[in-house]
Amino acid sequence: MTTYAVEVVYRGIFQKSLSRNICRSIVLASRLEGKIGTAFGRYGDSPERNGIPAKYFAVVADDAVELEEVLAQYEPTQVDVSIVVDDTLCKGVESWAWYGLQPINALTKPNGTVIVTSYQDPEQLKEDIHAKDQPYDLAIVKGSKSFSGLWVYKDDHTDVRVLGALAKVCPDMVGLDSYKEAIIQQWEDQRKVTSAERAHGRVHVTPVEPGEGNPEEPFTFDMPGWHDMEEALVIPAVKPGGGFRGGEGGFEPVRSAVFKKFSTRTMRPVVNFETCTKCTLCWLQCPDSCFDVTPETLYDANMEACCGCGVCEDVCPVPDCITMVNEEAFTDNASQYEHWKRDRDGYMNWLDEKIALSKTEVREHGFHHVGQYEEQSQTAEVGNDD
Amino acid sequence: MTTETPTQPLETEELISGSEAIARACALADVDVITAYPIRPYDTVMQFVSKLIANGELKCEYIVAESEHSQFEIVKHASAVGARVFTGSSGVGWFYAFEVLAVTCGLRIPMVAMVGNRALDDPGAFGCEHNDALAVRDLGWMLNWAATAQDCIDTALLAWRVAEDPRVFLPCAISTDGAFLTHSQQIVQVPDKSLVDRFLPPYDRGKFQLHPDNPITIAPQVNEDWLMEIRRQTDAAMRRARDVITEAHEDFKRIFGRGGDPFLEEYMTDDADVVLIGMGSLTLPLKVTVRRLREKGHKVGFIRVKWFRPFPGPELLESLSRFKAVGVIDRDYSLGSPLNGGVLFNEVRSIMYSAEKRVPIVGFIAGLGGREITIPVTKEMFEVTQKAAEKGEAGQEIHWVGVRE
Repeated sequence: MTTYAVEVVYRGIFQKSLSRNICRSIVLASRLEGKIGTAFGRYGDSPERNGIPAKYFAVVADDAVELEEVLAQYEPTQVDVSIVVDDTLCKGVESWAWYGLQPINALTKPNGTVIVTSYQDPEQLKEDIHAKDQPYDLAIVKGSKSFSGLWVYKDDHTDVRVLGALAKVCPDMVGLDSYKEAIIQQWEDQRKVTSAERAHGRVHVTPVEPGEGNPEEPFTFDMPGWHDMEEALVIPAVKPGGGFRGGEGGFEPVRSAVFKKFSTRTMRPVVNFETCTKCTLCWLQCPDSCFDVTPETLYDANMEACCGCGVCEDVCPVPDCITMVNEEAFTDNASQYEHWKRDRDGYMNWLDEKIALSKTEVREHGFHHVGQYEEQSQTAEVGNDD
Repeated sequence: MTTETPTQPLETEELISGSEAIARACALADVDVITAYPIRPYDTVMQFVSKLIANGELKCEYIVAESEHSQFEIVKHASAVGARVFTGSSGVGWFYAFEVLAVTCGLRIPMVAMVGNRALDDPGAFGCEHNDALAVRDLGWMLNWAATAQDCIDTALLAWRVAEDPRVFLPCAISTDGAFLTHSQQIVQVPDKSLVDRFLPPYDRGKFQLHPDNPITIAPQVNEDWLMEIRRQTDAAMRRARDVITEAHEDFKRIFGRGGDPFLEEYMTDDADVVLIGMGSLTLPLKVTVRRLREKGHKVGFIRVKWFRPFPGPELLESLSRFKAVGVIDRDYSLGSPLNGGVLFNEVRSIMYSAEKRVPIVGFIAGLGGREITIPVTKEMFEVTQKAAEKGEAGQEIHWVGVRE
C-alpha cells in the first residue's frame, strides 16, 4: 500500500498546459504499471492571472480504494516530489489558494526531492529556497521557464524532460519505460522519448542538509474564528500613508503586511537615481502603488509590493533609468534607494551589471535568451542524434 | 486452431474530469441542443463540449446565450419541439435563471442540466456548496448528486433516460461538486455508443411536441381555476419518477455492468451501529474513515444519498431504522429551519418520524464554501454520532464541523 504525490508549481496561466501535461503523463504512465491515479489543478485563482504562482498535482496509488483518500482534496498535505518549472518561484509563493508566503519546498516530504528547471547552479538556487528542518534532494533539469504547450509556443520537450528526471529521482512511483510508453501513446514522437531518456541520464541531484538554504522567515497570516471576525463582511480600510520610512519627508503608502503578491514577479525594475528627472510617471502609473517617494522626491520601487508588470519601465522617459531585469538575478527584496544612499559607486556598479544582464536577454516569452530554442534543440536533450 | 473474432471494446478507459465526463455523455446521448453561459465551475463543461464539436465528435446546436435566463429559456423551447437538450450553471448563475427553472417543471420539459455546485457568491466565493441546486428542491426538478467522475457520465445518461420517460417528463439536475468533480481528472470507463443506444431510446415528446403537424398551444395563461390541478399533475409525475428511476438503474446495471441500488449507496452498513449520511464527493473521505475506524473495531458505515428528488424516503426509513444512531452531513445550510439544521438533516428527520423506533439523528454542517471535508473532520462526526448512540438521544445541537471558532 503506497501512495505517491507530486506537485508541479508553475506560473499561471502561461505554464498551465505544461504542468497539466506532466501530471497527466504521470497518471497515464502509472496505469501501464497497473496502478491508478488522479491529476488536478489547485482550485484557487482561476481564471489564473498572469504569472500568479499556481499548482498542479498527480497522485498515484496501488489501487482505486487507496486512491479515495485524495479524490476530494484540494491538495495533498505532503508530496514525494515538488517540481518547479520556473526557478524564480524558488523564492517562495503566495497565491489566492493559500495565505502568506509558502516556501517552495513546504510540501516536500523528508528525503523527498525538489526538481527545478533552471540554468542556475544548486548553490544559487539554495540562496532562494527556504531552509527546511528535514533533508531533501535538489534536482536540476537544465532548462528555461518553458511555455511549452501554451497555444503556438514551440514544444521544447520540458514536459518529457521533467518526466525523465522524475523517473530518476522517484523510480518506485513510475519507471522510465512506462513514461516512454505513455509519451508515445500521447504524442507519437520518438524525439520526445529521446529527450526523456537524456534528461534521465543528465539530471543533476544535490543533497540539501537540514537548515541549509534561505534563512528568511516567510510572512504568515492568522485567520480569525467566527466569534472574532468582523460581521457583515466588513474589513477596515488601509490607513493613510506617511513620510518615507516613518520620517518627515517623502511618502510611503501603508501596505498589507499579510498580502504582498510579489511572488507573482518574474522581472523587477532597477532604478538609476542619478538620471531620474522626478517626472513622477512611474509612481503615477504603477498599478500596485509600489513606489515609495523619498524625501528628495526620488522613486524607490518597493520589492515587497512590486508584481513585476513593467509599466514603470514603459512610461519612464529617460533611457535606462528604469530597467526590467530577470528576477533570478536577485536574492532579496532590499531597498535600491537605501543601497544607493549608502554606497553610490557600489550601487552604480551593481546597476550597470544588472542592466547589462537584461540587455543580453530577449523579451521573448518562454525563452531566456536569444537562440535558446535552437541551442536546446541541438545540444541539449531535444532532437534526434542524427 | 481457433480464430479469434476481433471485437470492438465496449468501453475505453480515459483520464478525464467529471465535467469532461458529462460532455462525453452529451456526445454519447447525441444531444441536439446545448446552451451555455460561463460561470465557474460549470464552465469547464463548456470547454469540453466546444472541443468535442470542434473535433467533429458531437453534432449539435451549441448556443452561448447572453445570460443564464436566456440560456435556460432556449433549451426549454428546444425541448418543446422535440430536441434532446443539455445545459447547466453554478451558484448564482443558476439563480439568475430561476424564473425559467420554476416554469420548466409545469411545462413538463425534460431538460437535463449540470449544476457545478458552488457557493452563492458571498463576494466571489466559488467553492462547493449544495444550496444552489437545493434551491429548486420544491419545484418539480429531479435532483441527483454524483460522487466520482465515473458517476458523472453514468448519472448523465440516467438523467436523460428518466427525464424523457413519458411517465415523467420532468427536468433533472445533476449536481457535481465544484473543484472536486469539475476540475479533477480521474480514470473513467467511457462506454461505446452502441451500449448507450441500447440504454437510451430517442426522445419522443409525442402529443406534447410543438410542430406544425401537431397544432397545439403550450403555456396558456393560468389563473386560480387551473393551477392546483397543474401542480397536482406535476406532483403525480414526480411520484411516478421513483419507479422509472428504479427501472432505469436496473437496465443500466444490466447493460453497463455498473451501478448498484438506485437511490442509496450503502457502504459497510451491514452490521453497523452508527452511520453517517451525505451527498456528493464527500463520500470518498467518508469511505476512507469508515475503513480506518473498522480496522480499530468500530462498527460504522456510510450511506450516500444518490437521488435527493424524488427523495428516497421509503428506502431511508427502512435502512436507518436498524442503526443505533445516524449522523446527517449537510454541505448546505437552511438558516432558521427546524433546529437550524441543514436541508438533508431536516428531510431525513421528517421521514424518520414514521419509524417505529426513534433513532437519534445528529445534524452536521460541513464543507461550506468548498472547505475540504478532511479525514479528521469525518472522524469527529463519527465520534459525536457514536456518543448519541450511547446516550440514546441526539439532543438539539447542530454541529458545525471544521469552522474556526
